[in-house]
Amino acid sequence: MSGIHFSKVCVAILLAISTGQGSASATESYDPWPGLVQDIFDNKPISDGSAVIALDMPARAEDAAIVPVTLRIKPASDPAHRVVAITLVIDQNPAPMAAKFTLGPDANVSEIATRVRVNSYTDVHAVAETSDGKLHMVKTYVKASGGCSAPAAKNAEEAKGRLGQIRYRQFTKTEEGATGLRDAQVMIGHPNNSGLQMDQVTHLYVPAFYVDRLQLWQDNSPVLSMEGGISISEDPNIRFTYTSNGATTFRVEAKDTDGHVFKKEWKVDGTAM
Amino acid sequence: MTFCATMFAALVVLIFPMIAQAQDTALTVKEVAPGVFMHEGHVALMSSDNDGAIANIGFVVGDRAVAVIDTGGSVREGQQLRAAIRSRTDKPIRYVVNTHGHPDHIFGNAAFDTGETEFIGHQRLPQALAARGPFYLEAFRRSMGGALIDEVRIVPPTRTVDGSLTLDLGGRTLIVKAWPTAHSDSDVTVFDTISKTLFAGDLVFVRHIPVVDGSIKAWIKLLDDLQSLPAERVIPGHGPVGDWPAALAAERRYLGVLAADIRRDIADGKPIAAAAEQAAASERGQWELFDDYNARNATAAYQQFEWE
Repeated sequence: MSGIHFSKVCVAILLAISTGQGSASATESYDPWPGLVQDIFDNKPISDGSAVIALDMPARAEDAAIVPVTLRIKPASDPAHRVVAITLVIDQNPAPMAAKFTLGPDANVSEIATRVRVNSYTDVHAVAETSDGKLHMVKTYVKASGGCSAPAAKNAEEAKGRLGQIRYRQFTKTEEGATGLRDAQVMIGHPNNSGLQMDQVTHLYVPAFYVDRLQLWQDNSPVLSMEGGISISEDPNIRFTYTSNGATTFRVEAKDTDGHVFKKEWKVDGTAM
Repeated sequence: MTFCATMFAALVVLIFPMIAQAQDTALTVKEVAPGVFMHEGHVALMSSDNDGAIANIGFVVGDRAVAVIDTGGSVREGQQLRAAIRSRTDKPIRYVVNTHGHPDHIFGNAAFDTGETEFIGHQRLPQALAARGPFYLEAFRRSMGGALIDEVRIVPPTRTVDGSLTLDLGGRTLIVKAWPTAHSDSDVTVFDTISKTLFAGDLVFVRHIPVVDGSIKAWIKLLDDLQSLPAERVIPGHGPVGDWPAALAAERRYLGVLAADIRRDIADGKPIAAAAEQAAASERGQWELFDDYNARNATAAYQQFEWE
């Protein structure tokens, strides 16, 4: 991998934000992207990625706390140019580096959908790294939601109640056969707290508490993993398309910033083991 | 420079009297029952054009004191509400009840933060304001402009409600009731026992599409309890005053249709973004601001129902 250190970048960016940046209009006229290219991608050259990946988000965030984002990986003409990782960056968020997805070598992942928090009017970048080490970028622009929507918990008690629950769902019908494309979804119950709010009872900042790593395997072969931060919505949710290698089991492991590890395993048709 | 200075002076001369006038003007209110007043907000999004005055806000006058129910979407609106009260009574404004923490209901609080007034809200309201207040101030600067937003301070409750409490205004008692998470996580209603008027906050929407920022499931569930309140009329959070409980019917229908559509979409495996675009389409003609909020409601409902 390119040696990108996700958590360090997150912390550095959070510190930068907390020490400066004035009003909404001031932050919006300032383009954070060149600085992000330096912090996240070490100033490596990044070419236009529209032949490599596509990034799909609504033009307006309807609910600031739950904005769907879909990444599509285009078929590689040359196996030496397989997409090995995709980094999703929400430029104007307090923690811009939303997630880094690493794609399993034989899973042929062609689509990844998740949900993110969007705080402001912002560019969103997706940067794919191919197996030749090159970076390829696509971007879109998302308007912040209107009204009373906020990138905060709607129902903190309910979220707490499902902490650590993992659900797996297989969408593709079984008659398509064990070698076919599969469309599956993994959900992790977790509040994914940002750590940017003060507790009104204790007057202490609520510590950041989020799922920082999620890994998915078919038998022992990695399908997809995600390093995530506080820009990922509450109850992290990934829906993805991959090709079965004939495995009979599907396995999920998630780790959060408090060191909890949540694991679960299913038969590949979605029934519990 | 000289030109700029002249222009600035001209602007000051022009604008200052306008601001002063705007703040002294009394908000238009109507007396929906003896001693019970409401200002009907615009059915619109908050903007610099409407001073953020989109929510219904009001006050109740007792023999000894006045209670304000929600303060509006800007300090300017709050000051105009204050002027409306003062044009009718000199009795002390003892209480401000915030029905929940959304900007259109609380941004006017600072207009009443004079030391003689208790601020009352749900026990979860302080946390909701802490989590969202700074975000709201930044987000609404864009649509409302600096002149309105610079004055706004997030004023949290000085007294919180868990269950219910009564406020004695002298010869008239208000019951403030805290509800489980529904429209938001910190909804309270205010019931005037004399006139049987219910200030429902955003637990009731009329004409303005309901907005889900809490739990659609719990909201649908609490409608029966809400409906059983012995009110004769309701002042909804948005939309015209209505008969009780008839005014609740349209909201009940909308939430039911949305919930059924989203549950079906989840069962069918339809992704969240596609579901948000299409759910509750049959309700489009029934509501104002449908396209501003329906997809958002659908998104929030999907995220909740997929854990069922």
